Amino acid sequence: MPQIEQLAATYSSQIFWLLVFFGFTFFVVGRGMVPKVMDTVAQRDKQISDDLIAAERARKQANEEEEAWRVRENTNRAEAQALIAEARTKAAAATEQRLAAAQSVIDTKLAEAEDRIAEARNSAAAEIEDVAADATRDIVSRIAGLSLDDAAVRSTVKENLVHG
Amino acid sequence: MTQRGVNRALSFIGDREIRVAAEAKVDPMHQFSIQPLFGSDGWNIAGYNIAFTNSALWMAIATVALLIFVAGGAKRQLVPGRWQMAVETFTGFVDGMLAANVGPNGKKYVPYIFSLFMFILFANFLGLLPLGVIGLHPFTFTSHFSATGVLSILSFSIVLIVGFVKHKLHFFSLFVPHGTPAVMVVPIFFVELISFLVRPFSLGLRLFVAMMAGHVLLEVLSSFVISSGNANIALFAIAGLPSFVLMVGICALELLVAGIQAYVFALLTCVYLNDAENLH
Repeated sequence: MPQIEQLAATYSSQIFWLLVFFGFTFFVVGRGMVPKVMDTVAQRDKQISDDLIAAERARKQANEEEEAWRVRENTNRAEAQALIAEARTKAAAATEQRLAAAQSVIDTKLAEAEDRIAEARNSAAAEIEDVAADATRDIVSRIAGLSLDDAAVRSTVKENLVHG
Repeated sequence: MTQRGVNRALSFIGDREIRVAAEAKVDPMHQFSIQPLFGSDGWNIAGYNIAFTNSALWMAIATVALLIFVAGGAKRQLVPGRWQMAVETFTGFVDGMLAANVGPNGKKYVPYIFSLFMFILFANFLGLLPLGVIGLHPFTFTSHFSATGVLSILSFSIVLIVGFVKHKLHFFSLFVPHGTPAVMVVPIFFVELISFLVRPFSLGLRLFVAMMAGHVLLEVLSSFVISSGNANIALFAIAGLPSFVLMVGICALELLVAGIQAYVFALLTCVYLNDAENLH
């Protein structure tokens, strides 16, 4: 077993070189580099937790803003609805008013037209009576040689016209 | 003993060694022998030999590999790449281990435990590399108690220093658990003291034995494969082939053991540090 057989010859070399290389490892790697690696890890962990906190805060803020927006939106909608309703009633009233005005104009025009028609009919009827009385008198004077009283002819014609 | 007697005894040992070497085609222990490299045989400080051996070479390789590994992960990017992620996994693992075993006071030991864990882990894994295929000889310095012992004594010293600096002589209360009856205080004190003093030995020996056992087992099985293959085809089919299949499985097991032993060493150091930090 070389570990025991060579012990006397090699122990000092083993101890010396182990202390040299383990010492180097401890001071350069352990003391020099490991704290930097650990520091990086700690920094990353801190950054992650900070980011998480910031994200949580942003989420809360977003929620609050959404809530505020919702409230604002609701009032806006209600206002808009009120405006629309008001506009609708106003428009309906205006339409009614205008319709009524138009109706009255139409009514007066209708009445006027009816008057005119009645007048025209009357004057036409009078003219027809005149023409019929004249024609009757002419026919009677030519055929019977009678000269009839104008008023008598007219009343007879009127009677006949009325009774057909 | 006379000079002749000594010479005879030495020549006997020499004969026996030659005979053993001739009989065994594969010496399973040869892989653990330490040789000086680059003619550094004579290097010494104050009479103590400090030859740069194959063991020291593999310590250097483990150190450089670990240095490259951690340096590649120390890029400090906020969004880590794969390499950085791997290094951060290890530091996080060690950090978690200390947090679980020592608590918030354990944070300051991360550099030491990380160095210990990774150094042993790299040593164990590098020693398992199949470099024999290209003619190199990997050496597992954690299979030498002269190396693991230094690490365990280092850990134990830190425990002692921290314990006595932090709790002064109150540290001895560690050896008398709460609620011990007055009659039992003295025996319990000695039992606990012995179990405490055994710690550095168990710590160092556990790693050394686990690493050595696995390497010996692989070497013995490989000697079965080679000897039976040299003998004849029937013996190879009966003994060599099953041994080879077993070797594949044991290699996987050894990779697991390499990780587990590094973990156990670091974990037990954490547990001992917890005693020193918080008593109990």
